[in-house]
Amino acid sequence: TLRLIFTTTAVQRKNVGASGPEKYTEAFIKKQIEEFNLGKRHLANMMGEDPETFTQEDIDRAIAYLFPSGLFDKRARPMMKHPTEIFPEQRKIQWGEDGRPFHFLFYTGKQSYYSLMHDTYEKLLNVQKHQDQLIAQDLPLQREKRNLAGSRWLTKIELEEMLLEKVSDDDYSRFIQLLQKLVALPCAEIEEKYIQKFSKEVPAQLQKVVIEPLQYDERGVAFSTGEGKRKTASATAIVYDNGTGKITVNGIDILHYFPVLQDREQLLFPFQFLGRIGKHDMVCTVSGGGRSAQAGAIRLASAKALRSFVTEKEVEFMRQAGLLTVDPRVKERKKPGQEGPRRKFTWKKR
Amino acid sequence: QLDRGCALHTAARAGLSSVSSQDVPAQKPRVVFHTSESDPAKHTEQHEGRLYNIPLEEVKAVFPHGLPHRFQQQIRTFNEARVMVRQPALELLAYLKGSNLAHPAVRYVIYGERGTGKTMTLCHVVHYCSRQGWLVLHIPDAHLWVKNCKELLQSSYKKDRLDQPLQASVWLKNFKSSNERFLQEIKTQKKYMWGKQESTEEGRPLGEVVEQGLARVRSATDAVGVVLREIKQQSHRGSFRLLVAVDGVNALWGRTTLRKEDKSPVSPEELTLVHNLRKMLRNDWSGGAIVTTLSQTGSLFKPSSAYTPQELLGKEGFDALDPFVPIPVPNYSPREFESCYGYYLERKWLQHEKAHTEDGKAELQFLSGSNPRQLDRLAGPL
Repeated sequence: TLRLIFTTTAVQRKNVGASGPEKYTEAFIKKQIEEFNLGKRHLANMMGEDPETFTQEDIDRAIAYLFPSGLFDKRARPMMKHPTEIFPEQRKIQWGEDGRPFHFLFYTGKQSYYSLMHDTYEKLLNVQKHQDQLIAQDLPLQREKRNLAGSRWLTKIELEEMLLEKVSDDDYSRFIQLLQKLVALPCAEIEEKYIQKFSKEVPAQLQKVVIEPLQYDERGVAFSTGEGKRKTASATAIVYDNGTGKITVNGIDILHYFPVLQDREQLLFPFQFLGRIGKHDMVCTVSGGGRSAQAGAIRLASAKALRSFVTEKEVEFMRQAGLLTVDPRVKERKKPGQEGPRRKFTWKKR
Repeated sequence: QLDRGCALHTAARAGLSSVSSQDVPAQKPRVVFHTSESDPAKHTEQHEGRLYNIPLEEVKAVFPHGLPHRFQQQIRTFNEARVMVRQPALELLAYLKGSNLAHPAVRYVIYGERGTGKTMTLCHVVHYCSRQGWLVLHIPDAHLWVKNCKELLQSSYKKDRLDQPLQASVWLKNFKSSNERFLQEIKTQKKYMWGKQESTEEGRPLGEVVEQGLARVRSATDAVGVVLREIKQQSHRGSFRLLVAVDGVNALWGRTTLRKEDKSPVSPEELTLVHNLRKMLRNDWSGGAIVTTLSQTGSLFKPSSAYTPQELLGKEGFDALDPFVPIPVPNYSPREFESCYGYYLERKWLQHEKAHTEDGKAELQFLSGSNPRQLDRLAGPL
């Protein structure tokens, strides 16, 4: 256990009591870093690789190999990382040996927050001064809009991590308002670097699913493939153009493979939705799961394959109809103390 | 639309017109799917895919027991019997028309997957033969004779065989109603003893044997055996032509679910009915034809995916029936599917709004896989 706070003769306190999360000294952190580096070299030696060029990814792979674990949560598995990633950053002691605090705003209680507000306001005044200078010289004001759509401000939690102290909701909103005011001014490009520290890119719309182009086989017929999974069943489908609507599963006709009407209806759904019932042939392979799961897997695979034959608008319609989404439902695990995932044992009064 | 239906009825009843009239296109051009040819003799490839009407009295006379259950329900619902003319049936009819009756009887085996229309093909052929004046020996389903039999009697004729009085009497009743006039014409050639007192003299009409079998249920099975033997012996004389039509012929060579009193399983040879029928199916007689159907639905101890003659008949049956002419029956062709769909539409069987559209038709074709039975079952709730 690490109890460390270095106390001075001037500030001697008795039993402090539980003082929050444990605080680590700088010396302790330094020792951990040395141990980590040494351990890294040992690990590289063990794995037969060069200690000089042993990166963090290599470390992760080596640890996963040496200590295999079946735990689901990645954070619970054994890991070896640089101490700065493991031990959370903590504020060093804010006052010197004589008890005098280092920062001038220490006695406000939220020193980093107020200093941040102070700096930001200073930048704002800077920009206004620059703007006044430009107006005085009759030069045109630059008007280049920042791309607001692709960026967002830091969240409250991220701000707390940055400042290493608690920020209340009111304080956070005031800070954001100040930033927006700064950005709204025309000559804000001067302080661009400062503002970028507090904004993040939103990667949301940038991912787009790539639709594969059609392939052509020896006879000149266009075809495309798709894969689908549903609840332990996985299927691959190859959809050919210029067909009669014949569908073969694992070499067997669908009438024989799926005697139940419900399964055949599932297969019919993508074609019927696009209105192309008799136009395509399909050859599928499927394994695993039960009869309904296999039908759902083939449905997903055929819908994915049909994307290549169809316009983007129809792809969007298919996505909204739910034909392209993987069904996340799987069998729920049985819990101890219960008979099944939800069913409890019969309750007996006595 | 109902008027047109009636017109076809009267046209069919009026006689055998050699010109097949086309359906007058009503509001919109429709695919022709009816024909007023109700005589199978005149059916050719031109009529393929079309449905022809059998008048209801004929249905009762010719098919007292032969039609599939669902088809009988359909007859009762629509108040008419419409059978589709399909390529396997046409093939069989062509063979029959061209067969030489002096030669030993040719055996035809109709086979196909489940629900493709084998029994209906058989009924088509039976109708043709009865129109032509043949003596039709129609066994509706041989599987009924090898399973679920309540009473088994030890045969008085041969000690180790077993009788089935109930099934035999049922069959005799139906046989009588379908072949009335032959029973008066054919005369017995031997004297037969039924038990100690009763006997049938030589030269009596076969109808008496049948009456005897119906009156005394215990000897019904023996009556059946007598009838079969007489018919076989007299067929090559040429006074009449014989058609043996057996549905589910693979039952005769498989296993049975019946057990004797000491719980030992019964093999088919031990059943008198089966034994006599097997004798009929051997091609040592002439003057007719044997048309049989394989059926997986009622068969015992056979996997549901089996439909070829080899699998369903087993080695024994295959050797016994060899040589035969196999006739495969496929699912509906697109033309046939359209005419069946059009028929259901016309009779207002498909009530769903979407069923009337092209998309609905494509959907039905996809879901049923053009299988007649699946289409029938699908169209039911719609």
